[in-house]
This record gives sequence, structure tokens and C-alpha cells, in this order.
Amino acid sequence: MADTVPILRIEHMTKRYGDKEVLKDASLSINKGELKVLIGPSGGGKSTLLQCINFLIKPDRGRIWLDGTEIIRAKGKALYAYRQKVGMIFQDFNLFDHLTALHNVQIGLVRVKGMQAKAAKERATQELDRVGLKNHMHQYPAELSGGQKQRVSIARALAMDPEIMLLDEPTSALDPELISEVLDAIRTLRSSGMTMIMSTHQIGFAGEVADELIFLEKGSIVETGPPAKILYDAEYPRTRDFCSKITELYANSSS
Amino acid sequence: MNELFFLQPDIISALARGLWVSVQLIIPSSLFGVIIGVTVGALRVYGNPLVKRIADGYVLVFRGFPLVVQLFIWYFGLPHIGIYLTSFGASVLGFSLCSGAYQSEYVRGAFLSVKTGQTMAARALGFSGIKTVLFVTLPQAFRRALPGCGNEIIYLIKYSSLAYMITCIELTGEGKIIASDSFRFTETFMVIGAIYLVLTSVAAWILRRLEDRLYIPGFEQYS
Repeated sequence: MADTVPILRIEHMTKRYGDKEVLKDASLSINKGELKVLIGPSGGGKSTLLQCINFLIKPDRGRIWLDGTEIIRAKGKALYAYRQKVGMIFQDFNLFDHLTALHNVQIGLVRVKGMQAKAAKERATQELDRVGLKNHMHQYPAELSGGQKQRVSIARALAMDPEIMLLDEPTSALDPELISEVLDAIRTLRSSGMTMIMSTHQIGFAGEVADELIFLEKGSIVETGPPAKILYDAEYPRTRDFCSKITELYANSSS
Repeated sequence: MNELFFLQPDIISALARGLWVSVQLIIPSSLFGVIIGVTVGALRVYGNPLVKRIADGYVLVFRGFPLVVQLFIWYFGLPHIGIYLTSFGASVLGFSLCSGAYQSEYVRGAFLSVKTGQTMAARALGFSGIKTVLFVTLPQAFRRALPGCGNEIIYLIKYSSLAYMITCIELTGEGKIIASDSFRFTETFMVIGAIYLVLTSVAAWILRRLEDRLYIPGFEQYS
């Protein structure tokens, strides 16, 4: 291993539902400040991999290290503490429908971190300001656009001070017009040094910001490499095939 | 004289006495019913298999036994094992347990209607299972269950009239006494019925106000 300990390392992650192996022996590691992007066809295991990382799905096999410490027997308090360090953004935003934008960001601080309501409110307001939604903080999810909802969910995750963020197709449920505001937020996050693993079909965006692309198909990591290599000079025919198709489709809608 | 029958002081005071007993039965029973319903409803959705079984069993029995039979058991049956309840206490116990069983069904349905993404988001933030229910799914489920729960409370107002079967003389009981003393069955029970109608109307109004108070955009109940 190099002199820097990767912030997150997973090895031999495997998950099966009945006979179907949805994740096969996936391993990856990511250093602080890096952004790695999972690409591949739907149903290829991108979501499963991300959700196994924070144990929303319990992997059948596999080991995880955060900051060089292995996460063993992830249960109870240790699990809740670990999840606070691993922020997650969902395709469908999953904002709490009964809470305003402000309370969506505040609730984790108060109920999980045990912060005082006043301090939590201050912090939440700050985070909403950072994603440009201070003016909308008293609105309910039903009153926000998709792009705004996703930005609130980014603020909600950031408020917990995560060490790494997992983004599961953060723009896939958005109208084309709203995609760019979320991508901008992710770009800002990237330049502030946040470590991220993201799955997306926005191949143009991925090529622009990613340190590494990971092509995942049928539950297996097929190929890993820098964007230029994966997108234009992939080793495996299947990767080349997928990338050329998806580049054609999405190249012009990336920003 | 005939028309003024219900204005006689002793009749009015009998009806008022009965109404007061009814109100005293209805308010705690409906509150306990909601509390039991929410608790049992949550256990039936989120409990471990054993807890789920027990909670399902409770609902099966208390929805399945006729309410009068339940009241008889609490009032006439329990003394056999040395537990003596007043007729009022036995009534509140019977109503609460029966109402709770029905309420739990509305609450269970409401919990199931909360999208799984809500739970996933809470878990991803580091919420424990209990905190997820208390702060994320329950507030949503309660709003969705409210119309059904209100319906059950309206129903409870009317089945509180069964208390007189175990000698807890509430509104219907007083009515029965007045009717048998005066042989004016039709008029008496028309008046009793009208009083229940007022009670249920007031309850419906309060419940509607509560729904409006708890209104949140995106949770439209009657759009």
C-alpha cells in the first residue's frame, strides 16, 4: 500500500438475492478528495454497491475500511456513527415529506448528533445557503422543484460532516433543465475537497470531473481507469460499446 | 303538558347526568384507543416476528369478539379471578381495547403507505430504528391515518351506549329508564339519538380542525 491510507476501501463485496448475484466480488479504494464515478447499465449493481457501502443493504460478504479502520460487526451505535460519516444522496431525493427544507437539514443534527435546536438551526441555515436555497428554507418538499429538492438533500448530508459522500444517480429523476443546478452543486463540492463516489449516466459530466471511472456490469467491476481511457480507449469491448452508446446519447446534455 | 315532557326538571337532569357519564366514557376511551392503536399499529409494521404475532393476535381477538361480550368478561368475568372493576372502569377498559384494535389497522395501513425512501434516508443519516419511526414515519403516518382514526372515534361515541349493559348508566341507560317509566319510547329515543348526533357532529368538527392544523403541503387529504 502507498504511504497514504485510502479514506475508504472495500474488498470482495458480494450480495446475492436468491440465485441472483447482484454484486460479485467488488473491490475499490478511494483517497481523500477523489471523485470516482460508477457507470454501467441499469441493474448492473451500481446502486447495490453504493448501498452496501453504508449498509443500507447488508452485503453477504466483503470488508470495509474507513480511514484505515475496519468496520466490523456493523450494528447499533457503531453503525449509526459510521453512517454519519458516509453521506448519501438518492436518486429520488428522499427528503422527509413532513418537514420544511430547514427542518430536513436540522433533524439529523438534533436527533442524531444531539445538537441544541438553536445551533442546529444556524448550521442548517448555513448549509442551505451554501446550496443557494436560503430563501426556500421554510418550504416543504412538495413546494420545491426536483433540482431544489436534490440540493436540500445535499445540504442535509453535508450538515452531518461526512468524510465521504455516496451519490446514487443524483440527476436521474430530474427534468433536463434542472440537472445543471445539481451538477453545479456537485462541482462545488468537488472543488471544496469532498471525497465522493457517484453513480450516473451523465457521462459528459463524469468525464469532466471524475478522477476515475468504474464500469460495472452484471454485478462485476469490469474495468477501472481514468476517464480518458475508459471513454475513448477502453480495454474491454463491452466497456467500449457502452461508452460509445452513452456518449452519443448524453454528451450534449452534460452541462 | 305532553309537549313539555322533556322540559321537566327531573328528565332534563337525568339526561344531563347521562350525557356527562357518556362524555366521561368517550374522552378517555378515545384517547387510550388512539394511543393503543398507534403503538400496536407500529409494532405490527416494525416489530420482530414474535411481537408482530402477538400484536396481530390482539387485533384478531378484540375485533373478533362482540363488544358486549368483551364488556361482560371485564365486568362479570374478572371477579372470578379476584379482579373487581367498577362498571365505569370496565367500560373504559373494554372500549379502549376494542377501539385500539380498530385504530391499529388504520395506523398500520398509514405506516405502510410511507415510502421506503423515507426510512432509507433516515437510516443513511444515522437514525436508529426507533428514532426513524418516532421522527420520520410516525408523523407522516399519523397524518394519513387521521381521517380513519376520526371515523373510529365517531363510532366509539355510539358504541359507548353499550356501557349500560353492564350497569354503567350513561345517556342510553338514562333514556331507557325514562322510557320505561313514562312509556314514551319513541320520543325518548328520538331525543337520545339527537343528542348522539350532536356529540358526533362536535367530534367531527374537532377532528376536521385537527386535520387542518396538521396540514402540510403534499399531504392533501381532500383535494
